[in-house]
Amino acid sequence: MPAEETFEHHSYDVVVIGAGGAGLRAAVAAHEAGARTALICRSLLGKAHTVMAEGGIAAALGNLWPEDNWKVHFRDTMRGGKLLNNWRMAELHAKEAPERVYELEQWGALFDRTPAGKISQRDFGGHRYARLAHVGDRTGLEMIRALQQRAVSIGIDVFMELTVTDLLKDGGRIAGAFGYWRESGRFVVFEAPAVILATGGLGKSWKVTSNSWECTGDGHALALRAGAALLNMEFVQFHPTGMVWPLSVRGLLVTESVRGDGGVLVNSDKRRFMFDYIPEFFKAETADSIEEADRWYTDKANNRRPPELLPRDEVARAINSEIKAGRGSPHGGVFLDIASRRTPEFIQRRLPSMYHQFKELADVDITKEPMEIGPTCHYAMGGVEVDPDSQASLVPGLFAAGEVGGGMHGANRLGGNSLSDLIVFGKRAGDYAAGYVKELGAARPQASQADVADAAEDALSPFQAGPTRENPYAIHQELQETMQDLVGIIRVEHELREALDKIAALSQRAANVSVEGNRQYNPGWHLALDLRNMLLVSQAVAIAALERQESRGGHTRDDYPMTDPYWGGQNVVIELAAPSGADAGATLSSRRQALPKPPPELAELLEGDH
Amino acid sequence: MSYDLTLRIWRGDADGGGLKEYVVPAEEGQVVLDAVHKAQATQANDLAVRWNCKAGKCGSCSAEVNGKPRLMCMTRLSIFAPGEAVTVTPLRTFPVIKDLVTDVSFNYQKARQVPAFSPAPDQPVAPFTMYQPDVERSQEFRKCIECWLCQNTCHVIRDHEENKPHFAGPRFFIRYAELDMHPNDGVDRKRALQESQGLGYCNITKCCTEVCPEHIKITDNAIIPMKERVVDVKYDPLVRFLGRRRTTKT
Repeated sequence: MPAEETFEHHSYDVVVIGAGGAGLRAAVAAHEAGARTALICRSLLGKAHTVMAEGGIAAALGNLWPEDNWKVHFRDTMRGGKLLNNWRMAELHAKEAPERVYELEQWGALFDRTPAGKISQRDFGGHRYARLAHVGDRTGLEMIRALQQRAVSIGIDVFMELTVTDLLKDGGRIAGAFGYWRESGRFVVFEAPAVILATGGLGKSWKVTSNSWECTGDGHALALRAGAALLNMEFVQFHPTGMVWPLSVRGLLVTESVRGDGGVLVNSDKRRFMFDYIPEFFKAETADSIEEADRWYTDKANNRRPPELLPRDEVARAINSEIKAGRGSPHGGVFLDIASRRTPEFIQRRLPSMYHQFKELADVDITKEPMEIGPTCHYAMGGVEVDPDSQASLVPGLFAAGEVGGGMHGANRLGGNSLSDLIVFGKRAGDYAAGYVKELGAARPQASQADVADAAEDALSPFQAGPTRENPYAIHQELQETMQDLVGIIRVEHELREALDKIAALSQRAANVSVEGNRQYNPGWHLALDLRNMLLVSQAVAIAALERQESRGGHTRDDYPMTDPYWGGQNVVIELAAPSGADAGATLSSRRQALPKPPPELAELLEGDH
Repeated sequence: MSYDLTLRIWRGDADGGGLKEYVVPAEEGQVVLDAVHKAQATQANDLAVRWNCKAGKCGSCSAEVNGKPRLMCMTRLSIFAPGEAVTVTPLRTFPVIKDLVTDVSFNYQKARQVPAFSPAPDQPVAPFTMYQPDVERSQEFRKCIECWLCQNTCHVIRDHEENKPHFAGPRFFIRYAELDMHPNDGVDRKRALQESQGLGYCNITKCCTEVCPEHIKITDNAIIPMKERVVDVKYDPLVRFLGRRRTTKT
């Protein structure tokens, strides 16, 4: 670090890290609650991963099915999560999602309509009624624009292309954040008593993934280093339908709306195989014949849901089994067919982005031929342990909302529940963070100069060539292969141990990364810093996966293939053994924690066949 | 089937630069962004390039490929002749920061000048009753992924820095159109669009429409109708004679 470098300083009440749905909603809430608020994003505003969400926002508006209400949504969410959800979060989510959706409309979002002029809703896996407010298959774009335009119109300060590398503390409390401008590489210090993590997911540590470069688990790692705990990190969702061909787009998401709108999964024997994979847990609510399944789209009162619309964990495992049994498609997936079931006009109207994506990237016309698809790493159910009402972590002043938060989705997230999670808990985090700052009054925590200097030194270390001059891109690729092969859909003890060994070796090599060039917009340097987070968070996932000796939702153990009632009452908590600087080789510890039990009036909703 | 692709990438910063050649292995089905990433991972770790979704949904990886404004993630290598070199340069209308990354803050300044959506008095609070045929016109414009290719290609500002302060550009003309056509918006932005955002500068050459990766009919469906609406408001002889009475939107 040049000794003469003076850092840019900013002082705010609330700093929000991440500008996807959760971060934007949190910033709007904090600002409206009177807090001086900064919104930080690693990319340009409006490019966050929320923009890629396709299917819709789950909210029991009851616009198509008046029978729908928050209780049914709560039940679906809890059962989809294999009852490992934090019940209070699932309750708040189901109750508040409708209000949050209408708020988007109030700010200018234009959802697709019902014939009566209300917000239209579509079918999705695990949801009893058509529940997803949507705009064709580009709902995430609509959400991020509505929120972005709101944030800009009320004058929130936005710091674009700025990456936070460290949180600053004063004693046990949050005092601010430290980061760099991507454009210049120059450092910035934010003094703020409240920080909201809204950094999204961690899927970029897997090889086949729907996640963009931004999904490096930064918030998870920042939280760990600040002394917060991560919850149930073993639960990683593999979305059943990612593209498999060409290789260039392997992993790219194919929306669940294809199945919600009538698409079916077929193997190389032309068999609609999902009927062979209906688990006991969902038997009572799933159709057992093709005829019943096909009638359900128009008559939900007298028919049960098609098995293609089982929760994602079930469908992903079934596809995985078919491929392993040799009944896959030519490029190692299975077939997703909507062409033979719906008219070209219907498909183009309901799924315009999918039509466009396959046409332009794979030369496939989805109105004429089936798609080839396979599972792709998509979403982290695990995340920062937070208070369900306030989203406050164990560290005073540190909040988390959206994908980086834990508990809401249990062992498996239902499609459509992510976008609603973002706005429900984004708002709560913003409100409570502003409230926390108000209560502090003048007694604000102060970051120490020494911590700031340490953060700067850590951030610059990749420019000091280690003895082996490792290439950050090569280490990233090896990490992706490790996680894909050893911590994928199906896990087993000896592979998880092997993964931990490999991650430890990669962490050592990462300490010797050397980057070329200078600090100005240097992706090699950026990746070197991201790698530390990816390695730490990958280690957390592998340790948690080793700890949970059962199969449930997004965590399947070959050596413990059954769901175990004991584990149904346990959260796995991961913490840094000795919280300290940005040491990727840090030791993580795991412990078990009793899962809070829902009160009787909510527990009742989960029983029987409603 | 793998083959060697010759890639010429503009490297440099605000002080200048030039094309640098990289030979990278390319595979069937790949796009330009794959080749740029390959060069970055193996030969030029510090090569600056923006990207996010790699699926044509976020609008980050805009550049000029063999002189044509495009999204690198949606440009298949198969469109080039075998052996043809692929040249990638930064967007020309915006100042270079480094390599393929340009300073697009112009667009975010213009975004701040748009008067926000504000519900009409007869339906002030959502949920609003709105019908599909009525929302569809605005929905077309809300498909915009803000890749800035239309802004980059628009000749009003492409080689005329002096026009930037008073010209919002095609992306924002569709934003004004979207709000004007919103079935429940209660603000009239037509005068602002003409007087401070420079709608009149557009002489409808349709260059913006041609480069739009979302195939939004920017000129036909937004700019021309807005020009007509502006004329209705500004030059209505009855309004000029009797004064402005009408408060509802057209």
